[in-house]
Formats: sequence, structure tokens, C-alpha cells
Amino acid sequence: MRIYVMSVLVDDQAKALDFYTEKLGFIVKHDIPMGAHRWLTVVSKEAPEGTELLLEPSEHPAAGPFKSALVNDGIPAASFQVDDLKKEFERLRQLGVEFTVEPMDAGTVRMAVFDDTCGNLIQLVEMVEGK
Amino acid sequence: MQQNYCILVRVDDDQLDNVFKALGDPIRRRILDRLAKRQGQSLFEICASSFAEDGRSLSRQTISQHLDMLERAGLVRTHWNGRTKMHTFDNAPLRKAAAAWLNKHLKKGSAR
Repeated sequence: MRIYVMSVLVDDQAKALDFYTEKLGFIVKHDIPMGAHRWLTVVSKEAPEGTELLLEPSEHPAAGPFKSALVNDGIPAASFQVDDLKKEFERLRQLGVEFTVEPMDAGTVRMAVFDDTCGNLIQLVEMVEGK
Repeated sequence: MQQNYCILVRVDDDQLDNVFKALGDPIRRRILDRLAKRQGQSLFEICASSFAEDGRSLSRQTISQHLDMLERAGLVRTHWNGRTKMHTFDNAPLRKAAAAWLNKHLKKGSAR
């Protein structure tokens, strides 16, 4: 058994596609029309055969309250790993990405959190050697 | 100057109880320490930094309950940053508690 896809619930798929590719730098793996929506997945350039991220419409009535509750408490909906958090933070900030948590220590990792503009907070994590 | 401790700050016993009870727990005192260092943190950040600094992971629910107690005592205030609830440390209740009770005893004994 393998984990091939995980999803984030996005308010708007087209907007999400822009953000996740133009800003974050992921690439489209699948974009299949499905009625009003699309089966839209992206992957990391660094691991094009890796786990896909499904940009899933947050259409279900429970999705809105669920997403809001997470954002209220500052809890990220997904977490991506980077090699150099400081560099990635600077790069994304230059692109106008809004960070709600600037890089900070969190035990065995360094982390930061930004707003994906589609109703989610996303965590960036850099593993810290020797911890 | 001498009258400092004589100024009666109107703080009732319930308020004092809330402050002292809120301070009567190491986890809550550490939350205040961390907020004093960096004001305006979400529940998620408070959980993350408490794990980073204490090395033990407390559930969000536990931290949330501690925050409620601190908020009832007025030691933690909340505001919204966009859609995220942020927490800040307000030391005003500490000053009040000092003026209403602690200083009364501290200043008398200051000669020793």
C-alpha cells in the first residue's frame, strides 16, 4: 500500500492552481475535467513521482466550518518540507506570500506558516540536524 | 511616594483569586513567559513553542484550557489577526494584584 495522493481543500481551484504552481513552484501532474470541477493534482519538482497533492474543491458543507476552525487556531492544513527554510521564506515573501508565522524553532524542526489564499494555512518545515 | 502601597486599588477578592489561581501552575506561567517574549501568538504557535522549549508535547486542548484560565484572569488577551485568533500577555492584573495585596506586605518588610 502506498500514499499516492493527499488533498488540501481549496476555495477556488483556478486560484489554487496559480498559487501552488506560480508561487510555491509545484508542477501539475493531473488536470482532468470532472463536471463543475477538476481532478487537479500537483507534485514537487524535486519529486515528480512522489505523493501528489490534490487541490480539492471545498464544496462540502462541512469544509467551510472545518477550515475556519483550523485557521482560527492557526493550525496548518498541510506541511511541506524544505532544505533551507530561511531561503524559502525570503523567496516566498518576495513573491508576496503572506506569512502568519515567521521561521521559528519547534523542537526537532524549524518551521514557518503562510496563507495559501485559498482558505488554508500551510506549514513549511526544515529538519534540524542532530535533533 | 510613601503612599504608593496605601492607594487602594479596587480589586475584589474574586479577581485576585483568578489571578493567583492562574499563576498557580508552571505550564501557565511558562505560557506567559513565552508570550512576554513574543506577543501575539496563535494556539498553534503556543503549542509549537511549548514543545520546542519544554520538550514535552501537551495537547492543544490542554493548552487551550490553560489559555482560557489565563484569559479569565485578564492575563491573556485575544485579538484577531485576519481570521486567526492571537494571544497577548497583559500584565495589568499583576500590577493590580501587587497594588491590592502583594505590595502591602512587601513594602513593610523592605527594611529586612
